[in-house]
Amino acid sequence: MLGEQIIKGMVVTARNFFGSYVSKDRLTTIQYPEERLPQLHSTRQFPMLVYDGDPEKGLRCVACTICEKECPPQCIFIVKSKDKKPDYKGQPQLYPAVFDIDISVCMSCSICVEVCPFESIKMNTAFELSTDNRFEGLLLHKQDLAKSNEYYHQMHPEDAGESDAVLTAEKAKAEAKAKAAAEAKTKAPSTATATAAAPVAAATPVPAPATAAAPAPAAPQPTATN
Amino acid sequence: MFGQLDQIFVTLLHWLVGFLPVAWRSLASSLLCIGFVISVFPGLFALVTVIERKGLGRIQNRYGPNRVGPFGFLQFAADGIKSLIKEDIVPRAADHVVHFLAPVVLLIPVLLAYAVLPFGQNMTIADYDAGLLFFFAVGGAVELSIFMAGWSSRNKYSLLGAMRAIAQMLSYEIPLILSAVSVVMIVGSLNLSDIVSHQNHYTFGIAHWYVFTPWGLAGFLIFFIASLAESNRCPFDLPEAESEIIAGYFTEYSGFKFALFFLGEYLGMFAICGLGITLFLGGWTSPVSWLSWIPSYVWFLTKLLAIVFVFIWIRGTLPRLRMDQLMNLAWKFLLPLALVNIVVAGLWHFLGAGALRWLVCAVILAAAYVALGRALMQHQKLGKRIYRFAY
Repeated sequence: MLGEQIIKGMVVTARNFFGSYVSKDRLTTIQYPEERLPQLHSTRQFPMLVYDGDPEKGLRCVACTICEKECPPQCIFIVKSKDKKPDYKGQPQLYPAVFDIDISVCMSCSICVEVCPFESIKMNTAFELSTDNRFEGLLLHKQDLAKSNEYYHQMHPEDAGESDAVLTAEKAKAEAKAKAAAEAKTKAPSTATATAAAPVAAATPVPAPATAAAPAPAAPQPTATN
Repeated sequence: MFGQLDQIFVTLLHWLVGFLPVAWRSLASSLLCIGFVISVFPGLFALVTVIERKGLGRIQNRYGPNRVGPFGFLQFAADGIKSLIKEDIVPRAADHVVHFLAPVVLLIPVLLAYAVLPFGQNMTIADYDAGLLFFFAVGGAVELSIFMAGWSSRNKYSLLGAMRAIAQMLSYEIPLILSAVSVVMIVGSLNLSDIVSHQNHYTFGIAHWYVFTPWGLAGFLIFFIASLAESNRCPFDLPEAESEIIAGYFTEYSGFKFALFFLGEYLGMFAICGLGITLFLGGWTSPVSWLSWIPSYVWFLTKLLAIVFVFIWIRGTLPRLRMDQLMNLAWKFLLPLALVNIVVAGLWHFLGAGALRWLVCAVILAAAYVALGRALMQHQKLGKRIYRFAY
């Protein structure tokens, strides 16, 4: 009969109406600023720069500009420093004098994270980034991007652990190399003097560059052990 | 005590007017009544917009607006401020004068219609003998405003919306008026206060509302459906179908003029609900005699809000009709049923009191309803729709 289905539909909506006051399960709305869902395990929003210890000196970034070159929307802007400072291995490295990311341009593709060889640039999960300034507010500088390793551990424990493992492995490798070089150095003078002793008079200018060239790559490594 | 409370607004009006010289009294009393209408009903509009949004939200298992003020009930203030400070854009190709006049032309007849409605005992502003006729005559001007808006905007969507609105409102005005005619036949008066006082009797403590009689129930249902269409409410919101023609005839309106259209639409809805209450639901009378101590205007307002809530409920339930379905419903179902109802009302009058007239009228109306319903659904292939291309 005409109208039967209308009554059925009205009953359904009435049940929904009153049910929403009775059972809380019906209301799936999360009232955002007060209530929040836990973030997904794989949440990634915008890049950040990880540092160990001091936010200025401990920055892992060495201003290699690979991320700047790889960035598809070209939102990264890096100016290399003039001087050098020791990195986590103790090697003197460049550091970024300026490191800006325009997150109004960034498309959160995380290609910069994939290409970074220094475990420096990582994805942050912070998403409440709205500002009242259209131009400067969304341009993040080095200070805004620098985040501690502890923060990274809190955010993505597995990933942070992995990158820490990579860094310690590299460091151990460097130390081993330095140690080997140091051992070689302690042996080297005896052999060098032995070999140099024979042509001591005639070939003094020839082995001198050779001995000078041999320890040259290993030269900074004693500082790495410190 | 309760009698005084019932008449408090009337007494207040007489007391206030009493301060003025006799010559000014009738003018002052009219102005106060106008002030009453243009303060109370837009206030009700503000309340109903929030209730509507919250109600629709609950129907869809959402919260609805709950941020501004307690439980979100000050949302209308935020919306109002927003629409007031918005830029008022008039299309360059529009007919500026008509475009400006359309919302005003909508609002004036809608407000005029309140003049004849009895809000409570002795609370009719203008107690015309032909009140019902005045209401429908004034209500007819709404179509003019809608076509003015649609035509002057020089926009295809606006024009389509206006054309749909005219077709719909003209079609549904006929069953609307014919269903009211049955009440006029029984009462023998076009005066709305008379119509209410005829329903103000009680048998076994239950009121003699016309909706409790067979012809009254049928008339009320026809009136209700037609008033849904007249006030462009879902499922008859073709003139402003958002998903088809943006906003229909007021597509090109913004800011305050848009708000005026919105206001006019809701005020029209309240007016037509008020008329439905007056004709079929006993106006300001209480449904049972032991509750008649509650002031009459409270009853009127309660019934009005109840009807509006049913409007919201229907909006949350039914999908929009197609144009041909809309026309079929009006001309093939409501119009014949309204004509049958007029005959039945005549039978009711001439059969005299007794169980016989109840039986005869109920059987005729039920048979007409079933037969017309069958005829309407005859060529419809109802059931699961099979899509040929989109799987």
